[in-house]
Amino acid sequence: MAQIFHRSTNTIAKVSIFGGVFFLAFLTWIYSTLLRSNFVTGQNVVRPQPVPFSHQHHVSQLGIDCRYCHTSVERSYFAGMPPTETCINCHKQIWNQSDMLAPVRDSYAQNTPLRWTRVHDLPDFVYFNHEIHVAKGIGCATCHGRVDRMPLLFQAASLQMEWCLDCHRNPQKYVRPREEVFNLAWEPPANDPGLGVRLVKQYKIRSMTSCDTCHR
Amino acid sequence: MSEEKRPAKAPLDLAEVRERLRDRQGPELWRSLDELAATPEFQDLLHREFPRQASEWVEAPGDGVSRRNFLGLAGASLALAGLTGCTKQPLERIVPYVRQPEEIVQGRALYFATTLTLGGYGTGVLAESNMGRPTKIEGNPDHPASLGATDVFAQAAVRDLYDPERSQSIVSLGRIRTWGAFVNEVSAPIRALQGLGGEGLRILTGTVTSPTLADQMQALLVRYPKARWHRWEPAEGAGGQRSAAAAFGAPYDTVYDLAKARVILALDSDLLTSGPGSLRYARDFARARRVRAADLAAPGGPAMNRLYAVESTTSMTGTIADHRLPLPPAEIDAFALALAAELGVAGAAGPTGITPPQLSDRARTWVAALAKDLRAHAGACLVAVDGCASEAVQVLGHAMNAALGNVGKTVSYIRPVAADPTNPIDPVQSISELARDLHAGRVELLLVLGGNPVYDAPANLAFGDAIRKPRLRVHLGLWENETSELCQWHIPAAHELESWGDARAFDGTASLRQPLIEPLYGGKSELELLAVFFEHIDAAAYDLVRERWKQHLPGDFEASWRKALHDGVIAATAEPPVTVSVNAAAVQRASAEIQKGAAAAGDGVALLFRPDPTIYDGRFAHNGWLQELPKHPTKLVWDNALIVGPRTAERLGLQIEDVVEVSSPAGGRGRIRAAVWVQPGHADGCATLHLGYGRWRAGRVASGHGANAYALRTSANLWLLPGAGIRKTGDTFTLACTQNHHLLESGEEEIPTATREAAVRQPVRTGTLAEWQADPNFVHAKPKGEETEATSLYPPYKYEGYKWAMAIDLNVCTGCSACVVACQAENNIPTVGKEQVLKQREMHWLRIDRYFAGSLDDPVVHNQPVPCMQCENAPCEVVCPVAATVHSDEGLNDMVYNRCVGTRYCSNNCPYKVRRFNFLRFANHDVPVLKMLQNPDVTVRMRGVMEKCTYCIQRITRARVDSEVENRRIRPGDLVTACAQACPTEAIVFGDANGPDWEVSRRRAEPLNYSLLEELNTRPRTTYLAKLQNANPDLAPARRG
Repeated sequence: MAQIFHRSTNTIAKVSIFGGVFFLAFLTWIYSTLLRSNFVTGQNVVRPQPVPFSHQHHVSQLGIDCRYCHTSVERSYFAGMPPTETCINCHKQIWNQSDMLAPVRDSYAQNTPLRWTRVHDLPDFVYFNHEIHVAKGIGCATCHGRVDRMPLLFQAASLQMEWCLDCHRNPQKYVRPREEVFNLAWEPPANDPGLGVRLVKQYKIRSMTSCDTCHR
Repeated sequence: MSEEKRPAKAPLDLAEVRERLRDRQGPELWRSLDELAATPEFQDLLHREFPRQASEWVEAPGDGVSRRNFLGLAGASLALAGLTGCTKQPLERIVPYVRQPEEIVQGRALYFATTLTLGGYGTGVLAESNMGRPTKIEGNPDHPASLGATDVFAQAAVRDLYDPERSQSIVSLGRIRTWGAFVNEVSAPIRALQGLGGEGLRILTGTVTSPTLADQMQALLVRYPKARWHRWEPAEGAGGQRSAAAAFGAPYDTVYDLAKARVILALDSDLLTSGPGSLRYARDFARARRVRAADLAAPGGPAMNRLYAVESTTSMTGTIADHRLPLPPAEIDAFALALAAELGVAGAAGPTGITPPQLSDRARTWVAALAKDLRAHAGACLVAVDGCASEAVQVLGHAMNAALGNVGKTVSYIRPVAADPTNPIDPVQSISELARDLHAGRVELLLVLGGNPVYDAPANLAFGDAIRKPRLRVHLGLWENETSELCQWHIPAAHELESWGDARAFDGTASLRQPLIEPLYGGKSELELLAVFFEHIDAAAYDLVRERWKQHLPGDFEASWRKALHDGVIAATAEPPVTVSVNAAAVQRASAEIQKGAAAAGDGVALLFRPDPTIYDGRFAHNGWLQELPKHPTKLVWDNALIVGPRTAERLGLQIEDVVEVSSPAGGRGRIRAAVWVQPGHADGCATLHLGYGRWRAGRVASGHGANAYALRTSANLWLLPGAGIRKTGDTFTLACTQNHHLLESGEEEIPTATREAAVRQPVRTGTLAEWQADPNFVHAKPKGEETEATSLYPPYKYEGYKWAMAIDLNVCTGCSACVVACQAENNIPTVGKEQVLKQREMHWLRIDRYFAGSLDDPVVHNQPVPCMQCENAPCEVVCPVAATVHSDEGLNDMVYNRCVGTRYCSNNCPYKVRRFNFLRFANHDVPVLKMLQNPDVTVRMRGVMEKCTYCIQRITRARVDSEVENRRIRPGDLVTACAQACPTEAIVFGDANGPDWEVSRRRAEPLNYSLLEELNTRPRTTYLAKLQNANPDLAPARRG
């Protein structure tokens, strides 16, 4: 009986078998890249806001401390969003005619809150707590990036679970002295590689990786 | 109620069940009649994690989906399931304050001391406010009626506040109107009334203890001298005051001190779980009852109080009693008389004082033993009688306490806390007079402040007809109801969490009520509505309350006002006790009345009316949490039933779920249809019907459930209807009972009964105090020192940090269920409705199992709260294919909702059956006002995920963060779970088993401490303290379980 398939089919078969493996690996790679893409995580994406508030201007040019506005960052899971009154404290004196600030003045006059778009938005089943991170020496910039260099705020980190776990497993890589927490420009000193390990011990930082640390 | 015709279940043969029970020698417990009869339904429930069809989407019989279709759909949903991962998170808004209020730290809850009332009497609570939303109620440790505990009603108050069916606008004749329009329209009639001196003005309230409201009413009666103030409280045991008036000549309130009582007789009394002082009584009772191994060495043995219960119905107090005697109502009267005579009460042994003949032998033995025990503890014992008991028994109760020298020690009398000196003492008389005047057309303007008399007034008053007579009728209430339907004006009331006010507790202590939130629907408080009669149309309750207390608070007003608000108690306002002496003539009259009653006893069944354990007198019928809370001890939800004892059921040929027609005795017009429930331990010859059901205009949640007991209730006797007729109709009605859900089953191997081995296999381990003294380790399989450590395939793990654990003392658990509702409120647990409960889908993370031991007619009842055991060797964890349930390093069995794919293997493998699966989307994501109810610290679960008790992980995390910030360990007192916090008897404690300062580690070291299903070696973190019976050697000990 004559052969049904030509000899060349063998090659095609071999290539497609090997190729299939690569194809599957390729699909997996696409999937995992997509999952980590800015499109999904929202990293580096500027959100539309009612007022184009510049952290760069207020933090690095004017030198306002984080806690002037985010008042509850040391006392609550939520860092706190400033009431309109906080803006008006200054802006009744300066730039009090600016068009850009009209929504803020309206909010204050009409007693209707500003509606900001959340930039750092964790899923509802994740419970992050600012208070404890600040108390244990994790700097604002570690998660939020150099906010003082952002004219419009965006999310600097992916905020994915693997990103959280990286620090929870290796806190010594990210911890800083407590007094430097609000210093956005702080860099680990190059001449003291043991600082992280020392601080972990000093601050009694535990590697918290049980599920109930964040999920409940 | 609506019945359904369905194929009848095989009838339960109670005689056969009785036979089987007699054969049992050992200490076996039983859960239900179904179990004893080994019905196929029970076997099915026992062996299947979920009842048949529960996993398919079959909604109605005959509408089933075939297996083929089901598999097809399952395949399709699997294929589509992956796509749900493709949704991106929607953009969220942050809406900050414009001007941030003082004291608020965004994201931190604040607690305010305030007062909630039930039947007028106040209980101090601490309300948790999350960014302005009250979400949880805790007891106020400084308030004498709470001491930190709460009851089910206080726990469920927030569900009432956010009820979407609350009335939301002023309604007049079906049209939405404004407050201004109301004031305009009533101003002319009010002016006219003023000219007439208030002739024809009637105001109907519930019991009022609020000093401000009482003063306002007094002022109103001065301004309108011919007006009348009536009060009606359908479930108040107001007989208490009437009997005191008979016995002492003045309507005093009775206050008990259970801390000092060594021997307590609850004579037809549910003193530990109902009534305004019950939380306090339960706490004091439990503290005097708890025993520790250290006490064994004390001279005279451990000091444990002894509780006797003599009752007709099955109350919670009865379930925890050391000895319980079920008697029908007539025999309770005779029993009280015989006991009084035995104790030498003057008048009880008077000319007619012979022991009535109908007392059974057993009751006579009881009288002798009880009298001996009470006399031996004279001055340190207590005879407690409820307002539900007949007045004669109450009078005898007062006389017995006086004869035993208890007055001033375990019982004291105070001037009445409720304020209405101008009224008849008795609310029945008060509402009867109102009804009479309404019928006679003597009322021009009727103001109903808060009640629902058309539904709950005694049936013989025909209040529904009477209320149509006055020209103007105004109703203030949280809901539109049967009464508002017949009034021209309905004004939405402000909830207690929305308005200023005050109240007094059972002992007279006054406390302020402060609002946690602005009225959601512009509701008005009683104070604000009454102010209209002073031409004060926009009064604020805040000003009225402040004005009142300005005249009564000592010292600097601002300082004492702020202190009173902060503490939740106004210092030194408790009523001082008065000295009383019993009027011998009253005792004689009571004795004669009992003699007469015994002679006149007719046939028929005596029907007892009692407040419902969960929806009270019907005022909580709207509350889904309370409707779905299993009622003690029937474990029914969403309906009431005619509860009868097994003997009565046999005699009348009644089966569970039969529909019967209950009718008033000859001459009465009342006739209702009710489903039957056979309750082991219920006295023979009588039946119990709980109030509050059979509503006809109460919205979606409340209407159409159960039978309306009020239709049979008359003003002659609120709590008892002698000679009721019961007739079978041949129909059946499905009742939802949770007791046979989530069944535990131990191993298959046969263990000889009546051995120590068999005893320790029981879920509730019990024994008498004497047994414990003889062998402190008697609840364990091996005597002390011979225990063997069970081994596990998994390597042991050493918990070096915190080791969270819970210990539940079964010796003091009354089954009050406050823990269950507290858990529901704290953990965003949804309700599912009756249909879903029937499919065993109720979501409570914490259930209270009820077990019986002993005979059908007089069993011992055990209550066992069962939360997640947080096993160290957790069977659920090893079977989860996606690691959605894993162990934490503090020993918690974590449940990760976002990983769960809903295989339900974990639940299948859980021997304690504490896992709950969201078969449908039970959590309400759609109604905006219900979103305000949610605890922001707990995930709201979606359909298709498993959930279970977490030991309130959100509270642990909170305490852990707080302690780490302060660089210390968590201390006792920093942390308590919701269930433990609510518990009136401190039966539940929680804490760090590694910390020697924690109560939980002390309890775990007690010899009475044991684990449930210990033989499975799951090493549960939740353990139990065995239940002890302080048996009186003169009485046959109850068969232990």
